Amino acid sequence: MFDTLSDRLERIAGRLRSRGRLNDADLDEALREIRTALLEADVELGVVRSFTESVRARCSDEVLSKSLTPGQQVVKAVHEELVEVLGGEPLKITYASKPPTVVLLAGLQGSGKTTTSAKLALWWKQQGRHPLLVAADLQRPAAVEQLKVLGEQAGVTVFSQAGDPVSVAAAGVEEARRIGRDLCVIDTAGRLAIDAELMDEVRRISQVTSPHYTFLVVDAMTGQDAVATATAFHETLALDGVIVTKLDGDARGGAALSVKGVVGRPIVFASTGEKLGDFDLFHPDRMADRILGMGDVLTLIEQAERTMDRDVVERSAGRMMEGRFTLEDFLEQLQQVKKLGSLGGIMKLLPGMSKDLRQAADQIDDREIGRVEAMIRSMTAEERLNPTVIDGSRRTRIARGSGTTTQDVNQLLKQFREMQKMMKGLGAGGALPGMPAMGGGRLGGLLGGRRSLPDLSSLGGAGSDGDLAALMGEIGGSSGGLEALGVGVGAGRPTAGGAKTSRSGGKKKKKGGRVTPPKRR
Amino acid sequence: MTAVLIIVSVLLLVLVVGAAYATVTRARRRTFEEEAEETAAAGRGGARTAVKEAPPPVAAPEEAPPEAAPAVEEAAPPTGPPRLAERLGKTRGLIAGYLGKVRSRGSVDAATWDDLEEALLRADVGVATTQALLEDLRSRVVSRELSGPDEVLLALRGDLVALLSEPGERHHEHLAVPADLAEEAALDEGEGEVHHHLHHGETTGRELRFDDEPGVTNVWLFVGVNGVGKTTTIGKVARQQVADGRSVLLAAGDTFRAAAGEQLARWGDRVGAEIVRGAEGGDPSAIVFDAVQRASARGNDLVLADTAGRLHTKVNLIEELKKIRRVAERPPGRVTEVLLVLDAVTGQNGLVQAQQFTEAVGVTGVVLTKLDGTAKGGVVVAIQRELGLPVKLVGLGEGPDDLVPFDPEEFVDALIG
Repeated sequence: MFDTLSDRLERIAGRLRSRGRLNDADLDEALREIRTALLEADVELGVVRSFTESVRARCSDEVLSKSLTPGQQVVKAVHEELVEVLGGEPLKITYASKPPTVVLLAGLQGSGKTTTSAKLALWWKQQGRHPLLVAADLQRPAAVEQLKVLGEQAGVTVFSQAGDPVSVAAAGVEEARRIGRDLCVIDTAGRLAIDAELMDEVRRISQVTSPHYTFLVVDAMTGQDAVATATAFHETLALDGVIVTKLDGDARGGAALSVKGVVGRPIVFASTGEKLGDFDLFHPDRMADRILGMGDVLTLIEQAERTMDRDVVERSAGRMMEGRFTLEDFLEQLQQVKKLGSLGGIMKLLPGMSKDLRQAADQIDDREIGRVEAMIRSMTAEERLNPTVIDGSRRTRIARGSGTTTQDVNQLLKQFREMQKMMKGLGAGGALPGMPAMGGGRLGGLLGGRRSLPDLSSLGGAGSDGDLAALMGEIGGSSGGLEALGVGVGAGRPTAGGAKTSRSGGKKKKKGGRVTPPKRR
Repeated sequence: MTAVLIIVSVLLLVLVVGAAYATVTRARRRTFEEEAEETAAAGRGGARTAVKEAPPPVAAPEEAPPEAAPAVEEAAPPTGPPRLAERLGKTRGLIAGYLGKVRSRGSVDAATWDDLEEALLRADVGVATTQALLEDLRSRVVSRELSGPDEVLLALRGDLVALLSEPGERHHEHLAVPADLAEEAALDEGEGEVHHHLHHGETTGRELRFDDEPGVTNVWLFVGVNGVGKTTTIGKVARQQVADGRSVLLAAGDTFRAAAGEQLARWGDRVGAEIVRGAEGGDPSAIVFDAVQRASARGNDLVLADTAGRLHTKVNLIEELKKIRRVAERPPGRVTEVLLVLDAVTGQNGLVQAQQFTEAVGVTGVVLTKLDGTAKGGVVVAIQRELGLPVKLVGLGEGPDDLVPFDPEEFVDALIG
């Protein structure tokens, strides 16, 4: 229904492509698009304003990087700013020297406090702590029962008693001390920030329990009001952090940005599903991607991390960076890739993929990989290390051995040469001559802009973030170049091969935030 | 073949870089966790590591909250059935400020448009709707149909009221049951024109639809995402319907959230309505079916069916909801309202919710809850404009009587001051 920020940026980038540098009019236009996209993601107007101003400053300050086009520069600036605003200094959770560490949850009605309390308790339990849940929501009918049921599911004791919320909370902390729990999570009733009476009540709860941490629970779907609410709660309770819930929907979660921007407290946890385990520390960079509407590279990486053999990958990566990439490595990596699942499925997780490319990905027959494997396996060790020795008769032999044709073998070799060239480019860390710099702009922006991106020098290759951006740019760029080889797919240049590629990577119908199968019950 | 090779090579590059990235990150994370563990260990060891004393400035001990810092001082809940305007009056502050600025200017200039835009955006009306509204006003100013800030404001108010009052062109379409649902229900019932009753002609009404036909059990279905106030809304609707002399049966169709049935049962006790409950984790369709059967046997007029909150993005939960609706539609049941409950704090995602739920179960109206807070619920303007879905009820608090019919004029006055 809404264009994602990355779609909008994409359009701007397209218009800016031919420019050598950003002029003020371009930048103004870009910032207008950014503003609209942020507003549609429910970022609060004031926060949007200061955000666009910072992006403007970043863009004009930035010395024009050789490897980035003006369009990429804007994307990079936006992503960096997002991560910076969302991230900042994380909250480091320490525990009270005299247990229990008391944690108080507050928020509007329906933001998910009760569920979050249980999730938080479970999370801590999994960290080896011993939490106690205190049911101090005596407002909503059956809230105490709900917490009891959830507590049972989480295997955490729930303390409840009759009385008023303030005394229940105090008694709960006392109980935690008595039975030797080192954590005490207090669930409170939902309340409106303008409800003076209830706000006073929660303040009294805070006074009698003196919580070590007070978290505001915020629904990811919240609109402009998030700021008013957060400010009021912050004034009353002096928040330590924010927990964002319902991130498994398709709301962009701009509220998270607003709250962080205005209250200045970090977002500590994120709740991403209905199951108690769907809860973890908050990742600012993923949230930034989400607001931008980018592909889910991290999920892909996590998937890769789980399935792929790290040593093998690292070894090949090292060789790739050094520019010593052989068919042997290629074969090894093919096998790793196969472990990840269907090629089409993987492709869909990549950002910056054009529609054409993704359609092509859909039609891929995974058995093709098998044929490539067969061809490489039909080569001798020498041929694998040095494909230039492959002459006509060797070609025929390889084709016969793998059940393919000499044309197939030719194609593989040609393709491999292209890859090798590309790898050498990577190793050198500079742009390849003739490589369109624009390709994979989003990828470049995405990875280049990720502040936390580690430096890869240990792998003997590209060094800083900037180099990596260039590197990622080339990935797209080179496939754009390959498009000119008469292939109807390409992630890179819309101009190449006359194919108009609308690179709309972020538009894919990604239902949840993460790729989790929607099942429960 | 070539395509595969290209794709594989692109993939490889991404993965290799990605894996390297993940590896390093993990190494870092480990370091971080170790540090945290050390700190924690130090704390357990009785060292003087006071909580919140840790280095990150954000966790620095914030001075205790100022003693006298409640956001708003006045409270005193009004007695008697609340009026929208009364409840909204106290939250006007900010937006009224923009409009005051607009008024105070002698003429309509660029700043006027900026202020109006800001007022609407801050009320969650959304960019597209705001721009459309202002574009129209602007052209009317250019054509000298309107002059001066007061006229512009009046026109804006008029436009908004008109927009919210008239069920748009598309309203009729959306009242219709989605084709597949209608079909299945028709199959169930073995007759062709089952759904004529849903294409009711009088669409202006915000009143909740009730078919008085003998032998028919009306079912009102309440749907929405998690935490918007479905169960509470049902409690309040039940109270009003009972007060209107209808005999109401509650169907505790939220079998997922812990103690949701319990919560509804409390409401049932409070308002004097019977409730049909099932086991937690049970099949909600079965409960709704039982409720309809029981209502029909006992002569209850109306079944209010609660459903578990579900995000519109969860395919199989939406499928489950479709099934509930299909089952409720089996004679003697007749679904005469499908009400989407929407939290007033919801931002632009509300529009997506309305669209998805309408596609799935044919939403007939919106209940806007929690409008007694600072949120304006402006997204309903966009919902009405884009989907033609009217707001039927407004929730103004947790009290049993805090549910009132939607009044466009009062709403707009609250929205833009």
